Amino acid sequence: MSDSTIDLRGVMCPINFVKTKLKLEMMEPGEILEVILDSGDPIQNVPKSIKEEGHKIVEVKKEGDFFRLKVQRS
Amino acid sequence: MTDHFIEDKTTKVTVAVDGTGAAQKIDFNDLKSGGFIKQRQKDLFTVRLRCPGGRLSTEKLVEISKIAHKYSKKGVVHFSFRQSLEILYVDYKEFSTVVAELEKIGQKVASCGPRVRVPTACGGCEYNPNGLTDTQKMADMVDKTFFGTPTPHKFKTSFSGCPIDCARTKEMDMGFQGVVDPKWEEEACTGCTICSEACKEDAIASDPDTGKPIFDPIKCIFCGDCIRACPTEAWKPKRYGHIVRLGGKHGRHPMEAVEVCQFLPDEKVGDAIKMTIDWYNANGKRGERIGNTIKRVGLESYLKHMEPVFQNAAKAGA
Repeated sequence: MSDSTIDLRGVMCPINFVKTKLKLEMMEPGEILEVILDSGDPIQNVPKSIKEEGHKIVEVKKEGDFFRLKVQRS
Repeated sequence: MTDHFIEDKTTKVTVAVDGTGAAQKIDFNDLKSGGFIKQRQKDLFTVRLRCPGGRLSTEKLVEISKIAHKYSKKGVVHFSFRQSLEILYVDYKEFSTVVAELEKIGQKVASCGPRVRVPTACGGCEYNPNGLTDTQKMADMVDKTFFGTPTPHKFKTSFSGCPIDCARTKEMDMGFQGVVDPKWEEEACTGCTICSEACKEDAIASDPDTGKPIFDPIKCIFCGDCIRACPTEAWKPKRYGHIVRLGGKHGRHPMEAVEVCQFLPDEKVGDAIKMTIDWYNANGKRGERIGNTIKRVGLESYLKHMEPVFQNAAKAGA
């Protein structure tokens, strides 16, 4: 289960990461954000940037040509 | 191969260089070795500053600006292609005072000619997310240890922190590029497939059933993208090091460096440079870049000489 969802399909790097970061900052520590990302550049870059910010990726599911991530706010 | 010393072979002038006002003969070629480069304009020189890794404290930069403003006849500086700051349009009659003022703020002048040059470097792991090695620290060490060491021709070094290679190690007489050997631990892996998506080299495939990685070490360039992307730390760094490249150069006849070592640890970089300079001084002809010495003498001779340093820096994936 997630507390919030952000669909970033069609959103370019690094805007997708910035949107994820802003969304996470509005949430409470421990809450789960579901992030939907395109394959290619977004999935290559956004997860590592999320990790670098100190958040935890707790689940990753591939669905066709996009990914559904669950991120726990630090 | 005679293009590097043609200027001012005979030009000698009388000028006060010792700071006391006493006139003495100086040779423009000697000046060049000290980082003063003659300009087209009569009596005017470029003063090249020594800035290893292209890094300066803001404090020092402010002070350099004041000195440049005072002595550059046009009030300009130039960021050189090798990351040094050059004060343009300086009158040679003012060299001693310029040097003295630079000395006061702890800023040294660089060099030209047949010797070890100031190393260049990218940001490295200190603040660049892709960085795998502390390139700035290494550049500083090499500058302190080897700057100005005489060699048959110029000897340029650089440090890149990752395989993107912004510091162009393939074009250096000796270049060091950061690498990381990735190690996968099955227990921590959830089969999420992010690593195979994150790998830009197609070195990781995902098992169609479990999603777990199938790693191809031949395709891996040791960038560490898999380690950074992995949500569960199933990919971990096994060891960090430098790919060592030798014999590259740009200029009129560019040459691409050859890879001579794949995982040299930080603490062996100094030894590797020292041994390389020894080999170059023993085998190189005057005015010959090390890449051409390698071509003439053979890479085997060099590798044999380097065995004590390179032998334990084995291939990755071993």
